[in-house]
Amino acid sequence: MIGKSRKTRKKSAANISPRSTLRVDVWLMRHLQVALASLGRLVRTPLSTLMTILVIGIALALPSGLYLLLNNAKTLSGNWDGAASISLFMTQETSEQRAEQIAEQLRNDPAILKVQLISRTAALEEFRQLSGFADVLDSIKDNPLPSLLIVEPRPEHAEPIPAEALLARLRKIQEVEFAQLDLEWVRRFHAITEIAQRGVMILASLLGLSVLLIVGNTIRLEIQNRHAEIEITKLIGGTNAFIRRPFLYNGAWYGLFGGISAWLMVAVSLLLLDNPVAQLAGLYQSGFELRGIDFSTLITLLGGSTVLGLTGSWIAVGRHLHQIEPS
Amino acid sequence: MIHFDNVTKRYPGGHEGLSNVSFHIEPGEMVFLTGHSGAGKSTLLKLIGLLERSTRGQVRVAGRNLTRLSRGQIPYHRREVGMIFQDHRLLYDRTVFDNVAMPLVVAGLGHLEIGRRVRAALDKVGLLSKEKELPITLSGGEQQRVGIARAVVSKPPVVLADEPTGNLDPTLSREIMSLFEQFNDVGVTLLIATHDLNLISRMNRRILVLDKSRLAKDSAAEVPC
Ligand SMILES: Nc1ncnc2c1ncn2[C@@H]1O[C@H](COP(=O)(O)OP(=O)(O)OP(=O)(O)O)[C@@H](O)[C@H]1O
Ligand SMILES: [Mg+2]
Repeated sequence: MIGKSRKTRKKSAANISPRSTLRVDVWLMRHLQVALASLGRLVRTPLSTLMTILVIGIALALPSGLYLLLNNAKTLSGNWDGAASISLFMTQETSEQRAEQIAEQLRNDPAILKVQLISRTAALEEFRQLSGFADVLDSIKDNPLPSLLIVEPRPEHAEPIPAEALLARLRKIQEVEFAQLDLEWVRRFHAITEIAQRGVMILASLLGLSVLLIVGNTIRLEIQNRHAEIEITKLIGGTNAFIRRPFLYNGAWYGLFGGISAWLMVAVSLLLLDNPVAQLAGLYQSGFELRGIDFSTLITLLGGSTVLGLTGSWIAVGRHLHQIEPS
Repeated sequence: MIHFDNVTKRYPGGHEGLSNVSFHIEPGEMVFLTGHSGAGKSTLLKLIGLLERSTRGQVRVAGRNLTRLSRGQIPYHRREVGMIFQDHRLLYDRTVFDNVAMPLVVAGLGHLEIGRRVRAALDKVGLLSKEKELPITLSGGEQQRVGIARAVVSKPPVVLADEPTGNLDPTLSREIMSLFEQFNDVGVTLLIATHDLNLISRMNRRILVLDKSRLAKDSAAEVPC
């Protein structure tokens, strides 16, 4: 067998000129030939090729689909952020004029989009009408209700953390008795999407790893099947790059077709979900629509899957090709 | 063309396939290598084709010091050494044409050039009519000639043959030998390992005899250099 000590030997010792002067177009042509030949090889064993592609497709469809759902959920939460409003209850002593003044000041605050004033009288009137306690209220001399300012932050301040900061600032206003940020559910939703996002990331990494293993194993078997060919090619002076090339293309094709099948799987699943989601959105009087895979996501998916396939076969080839030496 | 300077090949386990062998083959020589089974004939040829590395001593081929050749340069060396084996080492799922074309494909030759050269080589060994056949449909002698065509198709300066006539009857063996002589006539350096003393005694060529991994006799009777 050929030992490892050779690595330390100087290359300059040899006087063969590696790589004859190949022109670029010839080189490209050759790559194209190898790529097509390896594609042809895959087509000649349709069943096993299809199975490998489907397994890769499923492994990739899962994280892609979840990623898509998550993105949809996020746009949904974006629509709801407007509801993150702050209620400021004024002290009893605050006059309606003073409340109006404060409202006016807040309207000039850059963090605030809208301020709605519900004066004590208006509040009482509303309560009288809605509660059915009109008689009871009539018997009370003083209006027990405070003025209320409903503050709606600008979108960039509606996220949990800046909204919290705004709340703290508004609390400092002297006339404010009690300030309440109705954010709990927004925060929870954010926390959940954060966790889900991380979960999808972890899942994607694991399944990406499994794609590496699937392709690696498939290529390993392929190398074993073509043992004789590799040995003879080495015997007649085939470089490692030459021998490696068809296997790398094989892996890349597996990745690409796996990515395409993942895309189809996700697209079909979305189609199946579209109707029920539209119905649900209709129930909530929302115009929400499921968004499919857009172009850049598709390119990322296909590019990523091709790179995964290529990497998987690269690893397999690196591990197994040099074990085959002619004797 | 081929220099061996005190070459020893020790196999893993300590067995010496070749012990302290020195000789020198000039460009254009046709030399036979013989000796009992296990004498080290195949080992010697493998050292020239870099299928094995020498443990000690220096092997030089066409001015290249093989001891110093890096792994990445082995393929380029092998392109200049055509190798022929007793078991042919053909690819049985490819046509005769594709088998013979392999060295040219590996070297990156163009389509037309490959077709031209493969047909010339097949014509030389008398198998032009069988280019589209699979090797398995050919006789042993024909398969051997496919192997020979593959070894010479890229016109390497050195051709090695390990028992090329091992399984063939005397008539076929003579045919193969006359092919080798034709290659030699155009300047190819040949080193042929064989048991067939009968055959080589009639050829009147230089003979190297190995005995128990040592060089026992060199018919050129020159001092090994
Ligand atoms: N890979 C190997 N590992 C260990 N020992 C080996 C190896 N190859 C050959 N040998 C030993 O080296 C010696 C020489 O072997 P080689 O194959 O060179 O003999 P040979 O002259 O070609 O014999 P034959 O005429 O039978 O082909 C033998 O004793 C053999 O057992
Ligand atoms: Mg032998």
